[in-house]
Amino acid sequence: MSPDPSPVRLHVVTGKGGTGKTTVAGALALALAADGRSVLLVETEGRQGIAQLFDTAPLPYEERRIAVARGGGEVKALAIDVEEALLDYLDMFYNLRRAGRALRKMGAIDFATAIAPGLRDVLITGKIKEAVTRRHDGRPVYDAVVVDAPPTGRITRFLGVTGEMSQLARSGPIKTQSDGVMAVLRSPQTAVHLVTILEDMPVQETADAIAELRAAQLPLGSVLVNLVTDPVLPVDRMERAAAGKLTGADLAPALAAAHLPGADGLADALAAEAVEHAQRWAAQDELRDDVEALGLPTVELPLLTGPVDLGSLFELAGRIEDHLGAEVAA
Amino acid sequence: MSAAAAAADRPRRQAPAMDLGALIADRETRIVVCCGAGGVGKTTTSAALALAAAEAGRTVVVLTIDPARRLAQSLGLVELDNEPRRVDVPGAPGELHAMMLDMKRTFDDVVTAHSTPERAQAILENPFYQALSSSFSGTQEYMAMEKLGQLRASEQWDLIIVDTPPSRSALDFLDAPNRMSRFLDGTMIRLLMAPSRTGFKFASAGFLLFSRIVSKILGGQLLRDISAFVAALDTMFGGFRERATATYELLRRPGTWFVVVASPEPDALREASYFVDRLSAEGMPLAGLVVNRTHPPATAALSATRAEGAAEEVLEAGGPESELAAAALRVHAERMTLAAREQHLADRFTSAHPEVAVRTVPAAAGDVHDLDGLRVMGEALTGPDGDTPTGTPRTRVLPARRG
Repeated sequence: MSPDPSPVRLHVVTGKGGTGKTTVAGALALALAADGRSVLLVETEGRQGIAQLFDTAPLPYEERRIAVARGGGEVKALAIDVEEALLDYLDMFYNLRRAGRALRKMGAIDFATAIAPGLRDVLITGKIKEAVTRRHDGRPVYDAVVVDAPPTGRITRFLGVTGEMSQLARSGPIKTQSDGVMAVLRSPQTAVHLVTILEDMPVQETADAIAELRAAQLPLGSVLVNLVTDPVLPVDRMERAAAGKLTGADLAPALAAAHLPGADGLADALAAEAVEHAQRWAAQDELRDDVEALGLPTVELPLLTGPVDLGSLFELAGRIEDHLGAEVAA
Repeated sequence: MSAAAAAADRPRRQAPAMDLGALIADRETRIVVCCGAGGVGKTTTSAALALAAAEAGRTVVVLTIDPARRLAQSLGLVELDNEPRRVDVPGAPGELHAMMLDMKRTFDDVVTAHSTPERAQAILENPFYQALSSSFSGTQEYMAMEKLGQLRASEQWDLIIVDTPPSRSALDFLDAPNRMSRFLDGTMIRLLMAPSRTGFKFASAGFLLFSRIVSKILGGQLLRDISAFVAALDTMFGGFRERATATYELLRRPGTWFVVVASPEPDALREASYFVDRLSAEGMPLAGLVVNRTHPPATAALSATRAEGAAEEVLEAGGPESELAAAALRVHAERMTLAAREQHLADRFTSAHPEVAVRTVPAAAGDVHDLDGLRVMGEALTGPDGDTPTGTPRTRVLPARRG
């Protein structure tokens, strides 16, 4: 097993909806599991997105192996169920599991999560901290924990809610517990990665989230630019096409030479599509400067054609692994 | 041919066309709720529909939750006073107003409106209230509902278009008012409010257990804050519950329509499916599904496979600009593949929900962030179904296969 000089063991993956956050989290887990490492991939939003990604049955509230990686590495997955986590919590700290069940019958747990929806996030981050710090025979059970976290709009609140909770509960055991969670989240053991695509709003939201996370003293990791495409048109023609100056007349002779039927109407349609392609690509390319200005290490992940399967996840994992390796070497 | 005969002629499981143009022009339509998973373009869809409605002569207000900065600026949403502002739309026969929801402010207003100044003060200063109203998830959905109720009650607009919060689930928006009234009605809150008045032995035993656990976990101070908050809330109780129930009922009244928005992606369409099922279970009216950001080709006459082949032939023939032409053919091949995937996903939705009307909205090449961009999108949303340059109805990404 190669040594891992990176101190980061908790990887929190966030991103605007539609950027492929869950896919990237899955690929990151596979990348981290290479060379015989053990990784836990945690689902926080009860969507069973990880089960769909890895094409397995819905995940129960237990750590279950969902993939093996190079050199005997493995990825386990856990979908956190908030009620079960609360019962666990009552049991672990207060020996109150039976009372907890009674409370559930009375509707008290419903009540607690309704009156303090932040309790949900506290229970989830508490469970994550437990997995990160869990040890067996003197060494950590997991080499890394990857969290498929809430989207960028909620991420700082999700990670910071423990801090808020500890202000709300100014004394008592949850204060001690919250402080412990915050200590892990703010330590160099943690990195919050942001998934974006080359579109205005996701890049803007990424910038906003970075500012919020910095203000909350949460450590930042990389920006993962997902669904990146290559230009299909010859590079020297892109600019003209993006300016809308490519017309059917430019294409018609070549199409006619190859005896394509209905070449005129076809040439106009093809030119229209080529112009749109060039404009879309130019708009994306412009955003690369904005991504660079975010000031974080960046890796681009290609748009893969066809449905996402385990093979394509490994392809993305390979790219991420190279990036992480380069990061450590730098 | 009669409409019925035309319907029988159609291949099976063809989605009905959605006529949003008629829907927003209809004076009977008073509320349109745009809902769907996060990141599918709900806010832009809401704003584009609102602009189209103003241009159709309606006096419309759009309640947005979290607009992108540039879109917000183009709608004049720079001053955050939690009240609608008129947007200047030159030449429109109607009026467009826009506002962005300020969740904490809306909650504060409800508290102030429903209690004496002293009580309101006590609630607003309570640390538990401050946490609940400003930072916890779930409050946003409820406050969006509350604001919708207020806008409707003011009778200043003849059409309200609502964008819904970027929730974990699109259903959260529907559940918020009920959750709130269930919560206020619940056993626990009654126990917390007046443990001495309940008179049931089991209740006070339960309450003791509850407060023991809460103080164990959260500490005694939080429990005291919650009790104080609930006690101060006591007087506004009826108000809160009635409002929550009334707003929910508003959504079932004639004149309210839901537009479910999804991108042509499996997750977004799955979420749309849940929402459609839920609306039908609740007896709430569904206008249809908007499949946003599709990629219809400029011609469907050449399939992806044939375009790939043609690209090779063009290169071999070596005519003028053959490389450019071959590249354009490959762009078309990619586009056809993408469009076929999108159509396939839309078809899957339609086979599960054959009665749901569909409108596809092509992706803009750039970002939609000004009135012109919204107008283009509005045209795609509300234009006649068959009126496209390629002749492919707007219900679809690709023309239906014949035979």
